[in-house]
Amino acid sequence: MNESTARGLSQISIPFLFTMLLLAAPLVLLCAMSFWTQNFLTIDHTLSLANYKQAWSEPIYQTLMLRSLKISMIVTALTILLAYPAAYYMSFVVPNSRKAMWVFLITIPFWTSYLMRIYLWKVILGYNGVVNGSLMNVGVIAEPLEFILYNQLAVVVTLSHAWLPFAVLPIFVAMEKIDRSYLEAAQDLGDSAFWSFLRVTLPLSMPGVIAATLIVFVPTIGDYVTPKLVGGPDGLMIANMIELQFKKANNAPLGAALALSAMLLVTAVAAIFVWLNRRHLLTTGRT
Amino acid sequence: MSSVLRLYILVFILFLYAPTLLLPLFAFNDSTIIAFPLSGFTFKWFGVLWQEAGLQSAVTNSMIIATASSILATTLAMLASSASVRHTFPGKAPMMGFIMVPMFLPEIIVGVSLLTMLVLAGMPLSIYTIILGHTLICVPFCIAILRSSFQHLDPSMEEASLDLGETRATTFRRITLPLIVPGVISSLLIAFTISLDEFVIAFFLSGTEPTLPVYIWSQLRFPKKIPSIMALGTVLLVVSVCLLSLSEVIRRRNARRLGLDHKPGV
Repeated sequence: MNESTARGLSQISIPFLFTMLLLAAPLVLLCAMSFWTQNFLTIDHTLSLANYKQAWSEPIYQTLMLRSLKISMIVTALTILLAYPAAYYMSFVVPNSRKAMWVFLITIPFWTSYLMRIYLWKVILGYNGVVNGSLMNVGVIAEPLEFILYNQLAVVVTLSHAWLPFAVLPIFVAMEKIDRSYLEAAQDLGDSAFWSFLRVTLPLSMPGVIAATLIVFVPTIGDYVTPKLVGGPDGLMIANMIELQFKKANNAPLGAALALSAMLLVTAVAAIFVWLNRRHLLTTGRT
Repeated sequence: MSSVLRLYILVFILFLYAPTLLLPLFAFNDSTIIAFPLSGFTFKWFGVLWQEAGLQSAVTNSMIIATASSILATTLAMLASSASVRHTFPGKAPMMGFIMVPMFLPEIIVGVSLLTMLVLAGMPLSIYTIILGHTLICVPFCIAILRSSFQHLDPSMEEASLDLGETRATTFRRITLPLIVPGVISSLLIAFTISLDEFVIAFFLSGTEPTLPVYIWSQLRFPKKIPSIMALGTVLLVVSVCLLSLSEVIRRRNARRLGLDHKPGV
């Protein structure tokens, strides 16, 4: 082993062990917990699949799980659709000297307190809120709309808003890597702007789109503040149930099984998504 | 086409900034009801903040946690970035990938798994447990910043120092650290800001000592408290934006100094 190897290993060992201790070990214990059962105040340590049976068969958990998956998918699709043109604008329209400023501009709203941002969406979408107020002022509606808060739509809007900067940045970074001479070549060879976008820009920006999808999709399933504040009874998600089991319901083993099931589900969906898009990830090696 | 895109970006920015713009509006609004139309202008909600007993201890807790986690996370990230940028060793990619995982995990998973471990180990929940959780989720962000500092560090500077007889420790203190200091400061500021605003993990791991977001969460249930919470949110927004602007200025000055002006497609 040469000196650089030894030095590298000794340097990485500290953060690596830290992550092992605070991420891997807790996850292993969470997994163990999910196979135990809560016996009133004590935990029965005999291994059993009872929690998973309950998590996968009882209608309430099925409903919450599928709803969370559905909301996460819609949020991801909406976020990417909204973010893509913005990233395109930043990469292809904004002059180079201004790009850093734009990246900063996009990230500032993200630093408004997370809880306050969600609460403010409640204000925007509420009965006397901004949307209703403006629509009534303009005269589009006579009475405030009640269907825009405390439902899944409100959850989707609030979550998409929260994740937008995370979707814009990876797409922007991928677009910045596109060699501009490819676009010139496509247009010199007679492609219209539309076709050169479809045949050059879009495929080459796909790695960014895939990264953005994963960054948004996986954590979204775990959000429980948004559903709790703006979701109403029909907008609750699986994370609200996980929190309930760990805290008030005092059934950590079931909570653990629900948390791991949700993780498994999103990881499987994310893996399928990446596999379907493997073509775009392989081509990046050449550019 | 270009004008459509311009219009779109305008609407996009408006959507992105909608909550951020409303926050100060309601903080200065002379009414206990958070709705339009607005009443008169007032500073009183900021005054109310001073009299909140729970707030001061929450601020103190959050400051301690954010300071400790940002220092710990930056130290760990410096080690990981240095190892990954300047050395080759077996298992580098999987180890680095593993350290970056907390960035992509739902926070609730990190929260409940840490809670499970602490409960099973019989450790009481305290601000120390929150510091550990926050350090874990801040490390990947700090690595993202510090990797670029190490990438632009010329190894011959350190070699020269070692050749001239300095020890590793002195070389680090006198050569390496001053060269990466802008990255270190950015990393500290980003980690501090993340920790200050983090709610989910703090909510699971806090015992009897709430952090600022946990305090805000407890107050959101009382409609009477909302205007002063809006004032608090405004103060926090100003603090975060100042810290991040500072970090951005440092990053840019450093980029200019190293001649890293940015061009697409390179």
